[in-house]
Amino acid sequence: MTLLDVSFSVNGELFKVQVESRRTLADCLRHDLRLTGTHVGCEHGVCGACTVIVNDAAVRSCLLLAAQVDGWAIRTVEGLASGEQLSPLQQAFQDNHALQCGFCTPGILMTAQALLESEPDAGDERIVEVLSGHICRCTGYVPIIKAIAQARDVIKSGRQTAR
Amino acid sequence: MTVSHNNYVGRPIPRTEDPRLLRGKGCFVDDMHRPGAVHAVIVRSQIAHGHLLGIDASRALSMPGVCAVLTAADIKGEIGVLPFRIAPLEGAEPFRQPVIASKRVRYVGEPVAIVIAESQAIAEDATEIVDVSIEQIEPVANVTAGRSGSSYLFDDQKTNVASRYQIGRGKAQAAFEKAAYTRRERFSVQRHTAMPMEMRGLLAEWNSETGHMTVWGAAKVPFFNRKLLAGMLGLPNEKVDLIELDVGGAFGVRGEFYPEDFLVPFASRHLGRPVKWQEDRREHMMSINHSREIYCDVEIACSGDGLILALRAEIIADVGAYVGTTGGILASRTGQFLAGPYRIPDVDLDILSVVTNKTPAGSYRGPGRFESSFFRERLFDMVARDFGIDALEFRRRNLITQAELPYDIGQLVPYEGPTSYECGDYLAVLQDCAKAIGWTGKAAIRGRKIDGKYHGLGIGCFVDSSGAGPKENAVLRVEKDGSISVAVGSSANGQGIETAHAQICADQLRIPMERISIAHGSTTLLSEGFGSFHSRSMIMGGNAIVAAAVNLIETLKACAANYWGVLPLDVAYEDGHLRTPGRGLLSLAELACALDQPIEAFGSFGTKMKPFGYGSHAAHVAVDVGTGHVEVVDYVAFEDVGRMINPMIVHGQKIGAIVQGLGGVFLEHLLYDDNAQLLTGSLADYLLPTATDFLNVRAVALDLTRTTRNPLGVKGAGEDAIAPVAGVIGNAIADALTSFGVEPRSLPITPPALWRLVHESKSGTAA
Repeated sequence: MTLLDVSFSVNGELFKVQVESRRTLADCLRHDLRLTGTHVGCEHGVCGACTVIVNDAAVRSCLLLAAQVDGWAIRTVEGLASGEQLSPLQQAFQDNHALQCGFCTPGILMTAQALLESEPDAGDERIVEVLSGHICRCTGYVPIIKAIAQARDVIKSGRQTAR
Repeated sequence: MTVSHNNYVGRPIPRTEDPRLLRGKGCFVDDMHRPGAVHAVIVRSQIAHGHLLGIDASRALSMPGVCAVLTAADIKGEIGVLPFRIAPLEGAEPFRQPVIASKRVRYVGEPVAIVIAESQAIAEDATEIVDVSIEQIEPVANVTAGRSGSSYLFDDQKTNVASRYQIGRGKAQAAFEKAAYTRRERFSVQRHTAMPMEMRGLLAEWNSETGHMTVWGAAKVPFFNRKLLAGMLGLPNEKVDLIELDVGGAFGVRGEFYPEDFLVPFASRHLGRPVKWQEDRREHMMSINHSREIYCDVEIACSGDGLILALRAEIIADVGAYVGTTGGILASRTGQFLAGPYRIPDVDLDILSVVTNKTPAGSYRGPGRFESSFFRERLFDMVARDFGIDALEFRRRNLITQAELPYDIGQLVPYEGPTSYECGDYLAVLQDCAKAIGWTGKAAIRGRKIDGKYHGLGIGCFVDSSGAGPKENAVLRVEKDGSISVAVGSSANGQGIETAHAQICADQLRIPMERISIAHGSTTLLSEGFGSFHSRSMIMGGNAIVAAAVNLIETLKACAANYWGVLPLDVAYEDGHLRTPGRGLLSLAELACALDQPIEAFGSFGTKMKPFGYGSHAAHVAVDVGTGHVEVVDYVAFEDVGRMINPMIVHGQKIGAIVQGLGGVFLEHLLYDDNAQLLTGSLADYLLPTATDFLNVRAVALDLTRTTRNPLGVKGAGEDAIAPVAGVIGNAIADALTSFGVEPRSLPITPPALWRLVHESKSGTAA
């Protein structure tokens, strides 16, 4: 099978890869770039575990081909923390026990990150609505909703303080 | 043994697992790469029942990049058979599963060959062109067909009933003859399963120079599975290691020994290369243990004043094509827990496990508890209605009182001795739960239509055992920097045992928790261990750590005494330091550095005396009879879990288990057609709860009574909250639809199923 040359950035770093046209972005990130924080839970776009941020939008990386993202900017779970310092969203997940096995968590974090960037004032109902595109089998969602709401409040109060 | 109390156990300590998982730094099996690894894909039967006539792999083998296609013919000697790990049923041995089909296929998804190629994509392509020739046999699609005898899965057995036994206590027959009131009902629970978010995967690496096999991706019971794999590969135990990585949920299904657990290592040894196998979701649905498909024909006898006298039931489990590693667990535990936390003197059970041409079934969180609670609690509400007694009052009259505990339940499973419920106050917890849902305050809305929806309340009680299986082991080692490395045989499936075990160890040694690291699960850590199932990680693993810590303190005293040249009796251990009069203080780090040998201690804990947790759940639902949709307006769980290592983790387990149970009540169904063809192959067909479905779930874990059945005084807390969910919801729906006479008797209660019940009911047309 012919290989395609693709280059895109992940968490600000530029990557050049050769991929088969059928290579999904999820597999490319995980197996070609060894960024294994993005997980694959169904490969048919239902569970949301593989969600990454592509050009500021939360996208299922199992439904996108690597060849499609040429020249685009990707963000993955590995880019959320600053070194050892968890982001407000990650910290809120730990504080609220919003993860158990942690397998679905990276996708949920990326969706929530995109939501809070585009809608910093998202209400609890909006959070629930957006979260409903993900499947978590451990937590029953209640603590995840709390965590995202806490992160929203922390980020907002941080902005106000910064002003 | 003294259990030390410091200040970690009992506190909601944030989990130590979280930072790595939140930063994407976890390592799940598909995150592992080994140099030179090739990829395996399993060729599975697409036919439910048939004679396997032949497999032609020539086209697949001619594809560039295909390394091998292995079938039963490539296995020298006898083909391995999956043993009963637990719940062995006498006489069911012929119904066990071979690790690969050779002459006969018995379910859609049964492995018939394994394709190995240079990439996953090539292996998947090649799998499509492996020609599998099967002559179809009449499929047995359900237990009714199974018992009719028109087709047998195992010809020489001349029956599809893999096991049948009668068991009970007292004299049910006599009680029924003289009872003032009897009622007989039929109930069923549908086939569904745990569906963890991480699918199964394995990475096996054979080292031909050392003759050693390493397999990454173990879960649940690595030590048992290591022994099994070693036997099948003809290797000694110490030449096989199973390594546990991060595990993306298990809930009972993941980590049992499946055919792939042999086929992938076998392929690695055959090729002399590391072999990686990662299933996809469709495969997962046809190859992971299914569960829950139980049919129950139950009859109750009561006195004239609504006291239960006796219960008798026929319980049939559809176990699928083979009796798997969890043996007769589904039917037997349904039988054992059918009477629940109630005073029922006479119980008579007829327990059957029937094979059908479907994926084999095994244990899934609360096996038999979820099902039996649905049957019992639904029946009790029907009986209460017959007597004109409120559901709460009926339970008050029949629950076992505190004074009656411990309550002897007799021998209700054939492979275990008699046992007893121990401590608790069932009535107090029921009262608390009823109060929390507003049982009295909401009396006026029960059965009433408000804003287009019918409202109802449901309540139910349960009891559950925990901590089965052999003993668990732990080793504690003092590192040169004074930190403590713990190795424990318990395995982590995402439940947070690294945190909870560190809390226990820190209290025991009275040192900061940050100085403790927990390694678990892998066979490289300990010569013998067992693993995690039946909520046993704290009971077995936790108490093993306590035992090891007690031993470590004695060892430390002896080492320090030797160092100082004094008697061990003159050495005191205090908060991570050793002290002897006149010689000052030695820290753990100083002592570890001063000695040549490592300072280690071993600890072990095992018991056959299982603790019993219990509780009551209640729900408020609103039913739209036009669509059959049920809104869970409120759901409250009250459970006496006794001592909690980490209340935050306990609470998380409760909420998670309830929502998982609600999925089983309303959504989840592994559907088969009349040819035993699986119809649910994606998460678009198999519906799981999402964030918008069940927002109003509350759980209160109480430390009301503590078990004396283990030194830490802990009961299992992770599993049992799933038990009463179906009964409670079924009761709430029946309560809302009293005017229609609707009585849910089977699951799932989907909108179309409930709509049908409403329209079939006598007064349904009046709606």
